Amino acid sequence: MASEIEVKAPGLATTVQDLGRPGFYHLGIPLSGAMDRLALVAANLLVGNPPDAAGLEAVFMGPELVFGRDATVAVCGADLPPKVDGEAVPTWESFAVKAGQTLSFGYLKTGARAYIAISGGIDVPVVLGSRSTYPLGGLGGHEGRALAAGDRLALGDAGASPAGRSVPEGLRRGPGGSPVEIRMLPGLYWHRITETAGKRFFKETWKVAPEADRIGYRFRGGTPLDFVPREQPFGAGSDPSNIVDACYPYGSIQVPGGTEPIVLHRDAVSGGGYMMVGTVISADMDLIGQLQPHTPVRFVETDMEGALAARHERAAIVNQIREHLA
Amino acid sequence: MRYSFGGDEHIFVEVDESMSLEAFFKALSITGAVRDSAIDGVTEICPANASFQIKFDPDRIKPDDMLAELKRLERSADSAPSVIDTRIIEMPVFYNDPWTHETLMRFRDRHQDPNATDLEYAARINGKASVDEFIAAHSGAPWFVSMVGFVAGLPFLYQMVDRPRQLEVPKYLRPRTDTPKLTVGYGGCFTAVYSVRGAGGYQMFGITPMPIYDPKSEHAYITDDTMCLFRPGDIVKFRSVDRAYYEDVEREVAAGRFAPKMRDVTFSLEEFKADIDAYNTKLEGVLNGQ
Repeated sequence: MASEIEVKAPGLATTVQDLGRPGFYHLGIPLSGAMDRLALVAANLLVGNPPDAAGLEAVFMGPELVFGRDATVAVCGADLPPKVDGEAVPTWESFAVKAGQTLSFGYLKTGARAYIAISGGIDVPVVLGSRSTYPLGGLGGHEGRALAAGDRLALGDAGASPAGRSVPEGLRRGPGGSPVEIRMLPGLYWHRITETAGKRFFKETWKVAPEADRIGYRFRGGTPLDFVPREQPFGAGSDPSNIVDACYPYGSIQVPGGTEPIVLHRDAVSGGGYMMVGTVISADMDLIGQLQPHTPVRFVETDMEGALAARHERAAIVNQIREHLA
Repeated sequence: MRYSFGGDEHIFVEVDESMSLEAFFKALSITGAVRDSAIDGVTEICPANASFQIKFDPDRIKPDDMLAELKRLERSADSAPSVIDTRIIEMPVFYNDPWTHETLMRFRDRHQDPNATDLEYAARINGKASVDEFIAAHSGAPWFVSMVGFVAGLPFLYQMVDRPRQLEVPKYLRPRTDTPKLTVGYGGCFTAVYSVRGAGGYQMFGITPMPIYDPKSEHAYITDDTMCLFRPGDIVKFRSVDRAYYEDVEREVAAGRFAPKMRDVTFSLEEFKADIDAYNTKLEGVLNGQ
């Protein structure tokens, strides 16, 4: 067998992802890339790859992969227990897989998405500057789609990288506490809802809905929002939650009909006609990618200063991982 | 104009709450100025119908500095003439086609008027005597691509007529789970051409045989290396065609021989507003090589 892996079983919706494809949002082509970027970066560093190498993102259920050459592998993010030829190996730690061996996974314990980095990276063609998969547009990754049984993925050239290196437990960032707190900056069309509705939005506990994917995470369980009355502007549409179709920031929280907030994620629709009440701060987007359906969540208000402080804290963790593995 | 931070990585700017050609032009002009000034740290520049959005890296440019830059560019855009160099493109549309008809019949329970088709409903609420009269209005005056997005390469189009002649229809009561690829849809005051098959809430009027998104690089006329035919600012003229014409184009597309009618053109908002019908006739002349 050559320098490749064969997909024996694909998992639920396993895709090739790197850190994303910026620069084409004005044409409706979203960022894509790992939903939990910190986990992909950590997995790559563990196996000696550059942080932005392409790996696999497995959601809820892992794939079964047969290796065509020796490789160093690491699995970070969700606690989806990896096994080599049936033998359990740890997450957040590099391990060796020999040519002919099979990497498979047990049942998901915590989190939602596991990132599988393989030394040398997944060598699919670079499309518009990235190897990430954007399935809605049939773009990038392996043939523009999630993996299927029988697929063969080429691996890049790898230097030697030791097994047994691990990310210290304190640096394994993931959503904690219940309810999980997601920080957001109110804004965009926040002024469209009443003061009472705004206060209640932060006070209530929401739950991740089953409709939660790479495009966006839907939440339910809170009280529908009340809107400030107005005559709808020309071109906006008749529902009070409608606006003249506009861009949607990555992380923005739209509330169609005022009922169920949706946080757009890496495969975001780039625009549309629903008002948004604000935007999840960049530091907390990784955490959303690890939420399972039915997880209780509270939105917590912050300001720009708070958002930037959280951004720096997250970057400091990435730096510590980098230094630890250097 | 209303500025709002979208988290720590975006600035969202609403030029106007309402749709108008003036608001669209202003958004296009400022985003053009942002692109030209090549500000370090800007990663995405997205003009929309009556608003725009800038994505930036706050590690490279502070959010307040980014905001100050945009306000400075807004002031200089105010004095710029509303003239753009753009393209006019003809898009053949098979209105009232069997495929969108089959789809809309499957989703009648989500529609305002389950006993009419989308076209019959749109004609009635816009005061047209017949579906044909509605199609004549839709394919009469040209349209501006006022935004590209939602999904890859999907254009939103705003018709180049004064407000009393604007066609308006609501979206479906509940979105459909299916829309055929290349459906010509309508919601609010916008036409949208669905670049890929998928969910959708716009009323369905017809279908075009002309692909507009090309992830596999199969169509020579989509020369842009972004794989998307349309850009904000393009002008589009719909041409109502019958089934035979539709199938001809489809065959030409499959054989890799199809090229839409497409010309470079300069558009002036002031000249357009001075005499809309005469200006549109002139544009159509350019399209037809006259």
